[in-house]
Amino acid sequence: MRNRSLVSIDDFSKEEILEILDLAGKFELRPVGKLLEGKVIATLFFEPSTRTRLSFESAINRLGGKIVGFADSSISSVTKGETLFDTIKMVNSYADLIVIRHPFEGSARFASEVATVPVINAGDGANQHPTQTLLDLYSIRKTQGSLDNLNVFMVGDLKYGRTVHSLLMAMAHWNTTFNFISPEELRVPDEFKLHLDNAGLKYYEHLDFSDIISRADIIYMTRVQKERFSDPIEYEKVKNVYVLRNSMLRNTKANLRILHPLPRVNEIHTDVDSNPKAYYFEQALNGVYTRQAILCTLLDLNF
Amino acid sequence: MKGGKQQLVVSAIQNGTVIDHVPAKSLFKVIQILGLDHIENQITFGTNLESKKLGHKAIIKISERYFEDNDINRIALVAPEAKLNIIKDYMVVEKKVVKVPDYITAIAKCMNPKCITNLENVTTRFQVISKKNIALKCRYCEKITSGDNLKII
Repeated sequence: MRNRSLVSIDDFSKEEILEILDLAGKFELRPVGKLLEGKVIATLFFEPSTRTRLSFESAINRLGGKIVGFADSSISSVTKGETLFDTIKMVNSYADLIVIRHPFEGSARFASEVATVPVINAGDGANQHPTQTLLDLYSIRKTQGSLDNLNVFMVGDLKYGRTVHSLLMAMAHWNTTFNFISPEELRVPDEFKLHLDNAGLKYYEHLDFSDIISRADIIYMTRVQKERFSDPIEYEKVKNVYVLRNSMLRNTKANLRILHPLPRVNEIHTDVDSNPKAYYFEQALNGVYTRQAILCTLLDLNF
Repeated sequence: MKGGKQQLVVSAIQNGTVIDHVPAKSLFKVIQILGLDHIENQITFGTNLESKKLGHKAIIKISERYFEDNDINRIALVAPEAKLNIIKDYMVVEKKVVKVPDYITAIAKCMNPKCITNLENVTTRFQVISKKNIALKCRYCEKITSGDNLKII
């Protein structure tokens, strides 16, 4: 593999993405093993993210690896004023691979330049979160059988949501039709539409999705946050438009699956949870297999 | 500048480099980018000179100093129309124009306040994604800084 670090989803070619998904499939069949025995993985969480951290730690533990690190920068030397450069230099000599979550955008790229061991970006501010994108792709392929020719609905905050942007960029490798459903203030930024135009892919923008939902293969829900609105009245007007309820799924395709990067607040009503089309909790489990595949790929360990 | 009728505002140099058609407002940025404030050579410059093309232009003459293309292209962000004359024995022996490079290191500032380059001591690096209407993509935060928002460090 060309890249020894995973910082941004666009660093990976279509073929490299598929190799990781294939390997994740092998880990799903046999998630426990000794591939990481004798390896020390640093998990540096400069901001808390329980879900992502536990997923990584579960992936590492199930393969026999050991973990050093911290879950919150308030318990590390960062509070004493240590720079990211110094922290990475120090950790680099303790670990075989570094997983980093940091609020500054571009921090993971910088860490990958400072470190001599591979670095995995577990989220750098609003920029990138590529392991989430890979587990989303894995979930889509697993539930649909293929990544080709799907109709993907993305719903909610499409302006600030990094998971949406990265998934959009990645799905542009396949012949995807996109339907973007968001309030006016939270539409997909032009740079991403330009990318789809250049790739010759079709996309449609809507303010509401109740009448078109029957066409969807995948619905990717995200949270519409109140603080994103300059006008609170606008938020009150739209907040219920982007909530998915079980009754809306009545005439949808049999293969439809609903994804959400989690945590959910109220954008998917709990009455959807028992519908077989709800896939967000399995999606989270797929994160463990995908991260096992990423760790082993970057460390050049063969299954 | 040939013949004797027109008087030179900035006197001629015997050997060296003349950087002409610099926008007047960019003069000191050009000086900074090329590090002219740290060299020992004789330098003369004029600014707020009349120019049909630029309105007000500046001109810099540096004695006994020649620049590599890579160095000179670094000023493209602030003086895209600049022209260089290489002078030997009071004669122009070569003319050069600046070209916007594909990558830019350590000159421009990323406009994203949450970018690591603005929060820690990290050298900025950009890929130039548009040369006509300057647009720079930050290697770190991946955000785009356009020409109107461009600040030189």
